[in-house]
Amino acid sequence: MFERGAPEPAASAAPLAVAESRRVAAANPAAQRLGVHAGLGVASALALAPDLIVRRREPRAEDEALREIAAWLLQFAPSVSLDPPACVLIEASASLRLFGGPESLMRRLERGCRDLGFLAEISGAPTPLAARWLARGSRRSLILELERLAEALGGLPLCLTDADAQTLELLFAIGAVTLEDCLALPRAGLARRSAAPLLAALDRALGRQPDPRPWFPPPLRHAARIELPLPAAGAETLLFAARRLFVGLAAWLAARQAGIERYTLHLEHDCREPTELTVTLGTASRDEARFALLAREHLARLGLECPVTAVALEAAEPAPLAGAAAELFGDARREAEAPPLLIERLRARLGAEAVTGLRSLPDHRPERAWCAAEPGSIQPAGEAAGPRPLWLLREPRPLETRDDAPCRQGPLKLLAGPERIESGWWDEAEACRDYFVAAGPGEELLWVFREIAPPHRWYLHGLFA
Amino acid sequence: MTAVEPLPAAASALRTLLWRGDGPAAAARPGVPTGFAALDGALPGGGWPPGVLTEVLAGARGIGEVSLLLPALRRLSRQSRRWILWLAPPHIPYAPALEAAGIDPARLAVVSPHSPAEAIWAARQALACGACSALLAWLGSPDLHALRRLQLAAEGGQTLAVLFRPPAAAREPSPAPLRLQVEPAAGRLAVHVLKRRGPPLPGPLLLDLPDAPHALVRPLPAEPAAAGVRAWRA
Repeated sequence: MFERGAPEPAASAAPLAVAESRRVAAANPAAQRLGVHAGLGVASALALAPDLIVRRREPRAEDEALREIAAWLLQFAPSVSLDPPACVLIEASASLRLFGGPESLMRRLERGCRDLGFLAEISGAPTPLAARWLARGSRRSLILELERLAEALGGLPLCLTDADAQTLELLFAIGAVTLEDCLALPRAGLARRSAAPLLAALDRALGRQPDPRPWFPPPLRHAARIELPLPAAGAETLLFAARRLFVGLAAWLAARQAGIERYTLHLEHDCREPTELTVTLGTASRDEARFALLAREHLARLGLECPVTAVALEAAEPAPLAGAAAELFGDARREAEAPPLLIERLRARLGAEAVTGLRSLPDHRPERAWCAAEPGSIQPAGEAAGPRPLWLLREPRPLETRDDAPCRQGPLKLLAGPERIESGWWDEAEACRDYFVAAGPGEELLWVFREIAPPHRWYLHGLFA
Repeated sequence: MTAVEPLPAAASALRTLLWRGDGPAAAARPGVPTGFAALDGALPGGGWPPGVLTEVLAGARGIGEVSLLLPALRRLSRQSRRWILWLAPPHIPYAPALEAAGIDPARLAVVSPHSPAEAIWAARQALACGACSALLAWLGSPDLHALRRLQLAAEGGQTLAVLFRPPAAAREPSPAPLRLQVEPAAGRLAVHVLKRRGPPLPGPLLLDLPDAPHALVRPLPAEPAAAGVRAWRA
């Protein structure tokens, strides 16, 4: 759990152990190679591996992680159940066909858990308890028939069943080590010797007794948090941790058949208040690649001064968004989503004001007959006045005059005009001008005007490009 | 047995494989019609080629270098819901004029980057994502390396990518498969095809720009306005 934010969880990580009341509760593979194992005292573990990083066990964080996995699982089936301390159950029989059969679903779950940043043991069985025992006992078993269950469970050691120590001791004493041994014993005798809870568990596991579970309710808003193994300020490191969070977010949205328009990343620091980063997506989406794409641009622009210790993701206000169906002829939906994404991507890097749309306004003054608008906004069609240039200068540029005729590297030849524009007396920017189309010495076509009021100055206002 | 007639489909397939040496090479994909029959005939694919860089080298601004593209832009703005992106334009693209030329302003987006490096980055994003039907870019003086990367980003896409560059760029090598130089010629536009897939064109093409003010403007009224002009000069 503490290694979620690290890019390579298994191989190259530093030895790490989680301790609870001065005893090691869990150790990562690197630590296990050095001889650290669960149950060892912290002092002995440090003697074995001086570089060992020891973290205190955090039951609350474990619970949150379990809930995050459960929320992620909701995209596969609605019946998900928490089984603390370290197990989540999903009743997937109704969804098997949708995900291409049990094998394919299991592969998807494995890949998904890896993307979320967890190491998971996944097993499938007809009853929840059997699935749990199989997951704890062996790697990747998948039992589909109830009849084969007894045989599959038989080889598992009894200590997996969470039976109390006294019962286990009793059974060990009579030579029963595996579930098979236990099942071979006479029921009545076991029940008399205070092993009744174990018998009941066995009945539930084998499907002889019902085993109802409370379903996990889908959370109303999504919040998840990852602690970084080492404080970091680099955009790539932060993006890596954020990607893990996006996997969960996308699943949460998929389970609700919804999309979000914005999300917030809280970058937590040791030395100061968290940096908040709100990312707008352009349109409602639940595409994790899109979340990551925009996060990358925003993180690259941020320029953090303090290293980040943890990344938290928050998203609310999901809007209904129909699922994407594969299309026979091209992906029309993807094509429709790409244009807003490009605008958001450019804005993320260049700033919101650097990307605009255009619209024309009903005003006679040329500089007020257009404005920057939100790209793609629907607008009423304006009416065409006289000839208008493709380029408008930001400010009219004064022209030299020779013998009262306008010049620009040579005298200008007036081709058409005048078009009198006299407007705007009601506000500060009154314009009283006569516009002409003029040709310059290089045959370039210019849009020039002459002020009606003395001293009749000439200005260049546009170019017919 | 009758003689085997060449099937029309097979013949056209052959033509794409076989270059005859006397005309423009057949392009893998049809171009966007330019709106000028003479220019369509000179370009491989019969129009502006999508998915490659096209360079338009123009001296002074205001000679009709953008009007050359207007018929194609009009077509693109009506055909698809993708952007026509104006990247680092030298002046404000004037919405009323574009609207008058039949281009839907809702499809236009103007990007104003703060530096040439940002402009090239934005151009690559626009070319690679496929969300633009056309990219019109004024990139300053990008080096050969940047142009190559832009060409790579454009390849395989469906974007009509036009770079406007000064005429001095004609002397520099460029990976763009189509390079045109435009200059005014007595009220028309002379288009020199500097580079295309196919043999060089002997002379410039002379085009009448329909959207140019030559066609739009009313000539100076004979008496009153001319008198007015004289009156101001007096």
